[in-house]
Amino acid sequence: MPAIPLRGKLTLVLLLFSAALPAAQNAFNPEISLILSGQYAHYRQDPDRYRIAGLPLADEAGLLPAGLSLAESELVISANADDRFYGRFTGAIAPEGGLAVEEAFVQTLDLPAGLTLQAGRFYSELGYQNSRHAHQWDFVDQPLAYRAFLGNQYGDDGLQLRWLAPTETFLELGAEVFRGAAYPSAGASRGGAGTRVLFVTGGGDIDVSQSWKAGLSLFDSRAEQRLSDGGNLRFSGDVRQWTLYGVWKWAPRGNPYERNLIVQGAFMQNRERGSYGGSATGPIDARRQGAYLQAVYQFRHGWRTGLRLDALRVPDPGSALRGSPLDPAGHTPRRVSLMVDYAHSEFSRIRLQYNRDESGPRPDDQWTVQYTMSLGAHGAHRF
Amino acid sequence: MSRFLLLLATLLLTLNAHADLRVFACEPEWAALARELGHDHLHLTTATTAQQDPHHIQARPSLIARLRRADLLICTGADLEIGWLPVLLRRAANPHVQPGKPGYFEATRFVTLLDVPASVDRALGDLHPAGNPHIQTDPRNFLPVARALGERLAQLDPARAEDYRKGTADFLRRWRAALARWNPRARKLRGLKVVTHHKGWTYLGHWLGWQVVARLEPKPGVPPSTAHLAEVLETLKRQPAAGIIRAAYQPARPSRWLHERTGLPAVVLPFTVGGTPQARDLFGLFDDTLSRLETLSHE
Repeated sequence: MPAIPLRGKLTLVLLLFSAALPAAQNAFNPEISLILSGQYAHYRQDPDRYRIAGLPLADEAGLLPAGLSLAESELVISANADDRFYGRFTGAIAPEGGLAVEEAFVQTLDLPAGLTLQAGRFYSELGYQNSRHAHQWDFVDQPLAYRAFLGNQYGDDGLQLRWLAPTETFLELGAEVFRGAAYPSAGASRGGAGTRVLFVTGGGDIDVSQSWKAGLSLFDSRAEQRLSDGGNLRFSGDVRQWTLYGVWKWAPRGNPYERNLIVQGAFMQNRERGSYGGSATGPIDARRQGAYLQAVYQFRHGWRTGLRLDALRVPDPGSALRGSPLDPAGHTPRRVSLMVDYAHSEFSRIRLQYNRDESGPRPDDQWTVQYTMSLGAHGAHRF
Repeated sequence: MSRFLLLLATLLLTLNAHADLRVFACEPEWAALARELGHDHLHLTTATTAQQDPHHIQARPSLIARLRRADLLICTGADLEIGWLPVLLRRAANPHVQPGKPGYFEATRFVTLLDVPASVDRALGDLHPAGNPHIQTDPRNFLPVARALGERLAQLDPARAEDYRKGTADFLRRWRAALARWNPRARKLRGLKVVTHHKGWTYLGHWLGWQVVARLEPKPGVPPSTAHLAEVLETLKRQPAAGIIRAAYQPARPSRWLHERTGLPAVVLPFTVGGTPQARDLFGLFDDTLSRLETLSHE
């Protein structure tokens, strides 16, 4: 070993490096990543005839096609615009071609007093699963309540204001206003501000191995001529939904690398008041409930297994709509899902999932093998 | 009454003027360094422990809440925290600690980085394009980082600038004295043949001049294949090593596996402050690292 370089050399190194590395890596270049995903799906029933009893589906909220198919490829580009603003774009390239803007928003970084303002198109913070992109899901599909009430997830053009309290325990209050063009809203009513969301989120550590997050939100929207059931039904009226969710994570000594457990669940109360037209016509005032509970356990590095339970409660829609797709005919939609997945690194994952799906009166056995790989920038370890 | 209010106002102002600087350290070694330089003027919080892999941290709500109130963030940088720090910075949206602000301090900016990859292909594993970030395993790296951090503390809290400069000068003096004790011990470990888990020890190896005979995890972030492990056994037959080294946060299984097959002693090194009971502070970190390695060279 040569003698220890002291002052002179260190100062030189210091000078050289403060000149050579102007800022953190990626501070100037946008982070770009492309997510590739595809699957093989096998169903006992015809997936084109998939229904949730009493809850007509939004477009694109149905099942994946049977057999081999490509999922949407996701292109994510994000960076700090400057020292005050951050921006992110997520585009979904459909298998048949065409780019859809999933998210495109800017966010402030330096408002005082813990405030953050976000503008553009983004997923609402109304629940834990809502703002997660498909490649971040722990299962191939969203919980039934998300599929039924929100068309999988609610994202729209809007504004969000968040306030993070200066407390030791995480406490955040937020308000969102959206255009009201996306399901379960439609028609951009109320002068193009058809949806309002209020949310409160709390979180913290129980000890070094356990942490939690929980939230409550109120979604309030006015829909005009909203289409569902493959365009056969039109709804105009008010949609109001309460969502209560909780997540608990465990990792021995806070190190999830080898083993960890994530338990999450939510309860949603969805109320639709207005009138339906199209293939069925009549007034409606229905309060539906949905809940899911899931646990995902990583039993050794790279290997995880999960169990998810889903259930919905759908009331009778009233005499005018009896016998229509809004009539559950006494059925209680429910589903049990099991999954195993293997991640060779943080950037690749292969998953096998089985659903015993009783969304409709005819039970279905659904098998899916899915791959998800991410090329480019390192993804974020969101909680 | 008005005198009471005046007194109260004065008291509040005084309290405010003497409020602690809130420091958010990403890793324990930087919290320990800040403590050496700023003593009790700092309100310190550490995002990770020595038992956690600093690559695999989640942006937990508690970390967002703590970063929200920080005046200074001290992290390693060089993409070590790439998976979670950007999320924390964005969610906490604290204007004082955003990149480029005086409250944002990256230790790797003040040190020459090793292992800078010539090409970045993920087939080679989860590489750090800026170079190996684990600079805290070479005690010499603390000299430039301490100097820069001392200046930064003085800049952020000018009222106590003198205290920080004094604290820094005192630390540098004690650190050089410690280096003078450690260097002869390090020289005796020169050429020590070891098996490591992954490239976390590049800087320690650079200081000691040890020889890494084999790595159990040749590609960062990618678990080793059985073929690779067989190759490691083969290598060790030709080129015997003195022991197997792993960091306190790393799983014991791979080194236990190799220990059972080769009988090589497996040694846990603290890697950072708090990694072993003896590594209570930065001085203890290197005293203990050397002591544990010396047990290998004596066998």
